[in-house]
Amino acid sequence: MREITYGEAGVEALREEMARDSSIIYIGQGIGPRGGNFRQTRGLWKEFGDHRLRDTGICELGETGVAIGAAMNGCRAVVDEVFLDFILEAMTQVIQQAATIHYLSNGKIKVPVVIRGAMGSVRNAGAQHAHSFYAWFAHTPGLKVVVPATPRDCKGLFKTALRQDTPVLFMEHKALYNIKEDVPSEEFLIPFGQASVRHVGKHATVVAVGRMVHVALEAAAALAGEGISIEVIDPRTIAPLDRDTILNSVRKTGRLAIVDEAPAMCGFSAEVITLACEQALDSMDAPPRRICALHAPNPFSPVLEDQMLPTAAKVANEIRQLLTA
Amino acid sequence: MQTATTQDIDVRLSLELYRRMLQLRDFELKVQELYRAGMLPGFVHLYIGEEAVAVGVCASLEKDDLIYSTHRGHGHALAKGVPGREVMAELWGKRTGCSGGRGGSMHMFAPDYGFMGTNGIVGGGIPLATGAALAAQLRNSGQVVVSFFGDGAVNSGSFHESVNLAAVWNLPVVFACENNLYATEMAFCRATKNTSVASRGAAYHIPALEVDGSDVHATFRAGREAIDRARSGDGPTLIEFKTYRFVGHHEGDPGTEYRTKDEVESWKRRCPIKALRDKLLAANVASDHDFDGIQTETDAWLEDAVQFSKSSPNPDASTVLDFC
Repeated sequence: MREITYGEAGVEALREEMARDSSIIYIGQGIGPRGGNFRQTRGLWKEFGDHRLRDTGICELGETGVAIGAAMNGCRAVVDEVFLDFILEAMTQVIQQAATIHYLSNGKIKVPVVIRGAMGSVRNAGAQHAHSFYAWFAHTPGLKVVVPATPRDCKGLFKTALRQDTPVLFMEHKALYNIKEDVPSEEFLIPFGQASVRHVGKHATVVAVGRMVHVALEAAAALAGEGISIEVIDPRTIAPLDRDTILNSVRKTGRLAIVDEAPAMCGFSAEVITLACEQALDSMDAPPRRICALHAPNPFSPVLEDQMLPTAAKVANEIRQLLTA
Repeated sequence: MQTATTQDIDVRLSLELYRRMLQLRDFELKVQELYRAGMLPGFVHLYIGEEAVAVGVCASLEKDDLIYSTHRGHGHALAKGVPGREVMAELWGKRTGCSGGRGGSMHMFAPDYGFMGTNGIVGGGIPLATGAALAAQLRNSGQVVVSFFGDGAVNSGSFHESVNLAAVWNLPVVFACENNLYATEMAFCRATKNTSVASRGAAYHIPALEVDGSDVHATFRAGREAIDRARSGDGPTLIEFKTYRFVGHHEGDPGTEYRTKDEVESWKRRCPIKALRDKLLAANVASDHDFDGIQTETDAWLEDAVQFSKSSPNPDASTVLDFC
């Protein structure tokens, strides 16, 4: 066990898997000698070379389609959108091709492609570099959606992603690349569809993903001083979703809130609440709450963006209201 | 434009090309008949008139080589060697179709024959074909990949980004443009100022040529050269096949509002199947007897595909979530 960053954890996962599996090819912009805009491929080019780390010009549509095509013909491919925002240039390939081919070929064609990108708000980058799109992809049959919140999860989930036979959206949060955690030195994988209970509590269940896990934990610490104990659940993978862990917690606490960096409208938060209402309504003592980004493009001014996004203070306040409801 | 001369005629090969083109033509005429009779669900886009392109190009491919097709792809599937039974049964939505009834006309896959899919999205297969060629290069598999697409795709980003990557990485891929002059109803000359697709090869510094898509000897020769070039590591080629669909965009579109009768008739007179037959007869290297024999075989082959499909079971409804 040693402490490494979230970014380093991703590099380690890639290094181990690329060494283990010579069919892995990595395609993206600035991922070769530069080592990635977020240092997400740092050092790998020297080890694996131009052949397996394919820098491209700016052509998300082409490079994403090329990665999917390579995955249809015996390679495992990673395509790095760098900023997840840029995947929009390639959506037709992700939704219309990657997500459908395994099914439409009656299971005959495997599509082992990992589509990687950094999501979320960081340092007031502005509306076009701050989206949190995981719900869009989870809405599409045929895609797995992974949103790691910690270095350990980033490594273990990335390695699992690199062993799937169908497409995986791997969404790191830009603001988490430098956070540190003890990560085992020996090899480990984290299966998809297994949530992590980040904080055990009894008064309310709080479901959060990505950076919002940390926001929820900060709120949990603040509330603990007031004698309020919340259970923070990080699904880790949106699709597949570990419904049981969420439902068991809701049945235990009787109250539910979701913290989401994406807007509430038709979002992941709505899915979790629907799940609870459909399967644990009898256990719920209060209407569930959505603590989400406001329904606006991410504004530039720090004052405005702070107003738009969930913060620990807002979460704590909402939980207090949830408990008095 | 490249054309073939009578010196090129290899009789056995020519008769084989004829047989395959006839299969494609008669298959599509049967699909048209079944569709009009309400037997087939969905939508179909027929390849009638363009047979020389798929047949000429695919004749030089190995079984392990891959092709990526379009919405007008039944002919590509057959030309690549997918059994007529499996293609027809897929159009019928049957369990025995090459995609088990999950895909239909625009999403049929038969990887066992190197057929990597028709595609409902114009240009959608071009990046995939390029990526498959990248995998072939990386794995040193010796495969060549052919990407078929129409004139409707060449003004899209998919085309530009893919050809650019294939060129800079020297990938073993052939970009086979079937320029049938209309993207649905849009005349190519109204969609773009530069109506020479082949001239666009220069933009990517790759070899490119224009070929008479109604002359199967010419399509065969152009296909073979490009495939050999790709296989020997010399990178991609762009081929513009001048061709024409004798029918509407999809079955149900008369195809007459945006094309003149004279234009359609003039292309029909250049029918690739009739042209080959006339050429072989004129050169006195084949007889009516040869062609009658091929017709009889084709009739039996097609009837078998129809009966097989008709009598095949539907998919089991309980399998709807398999492979999800």
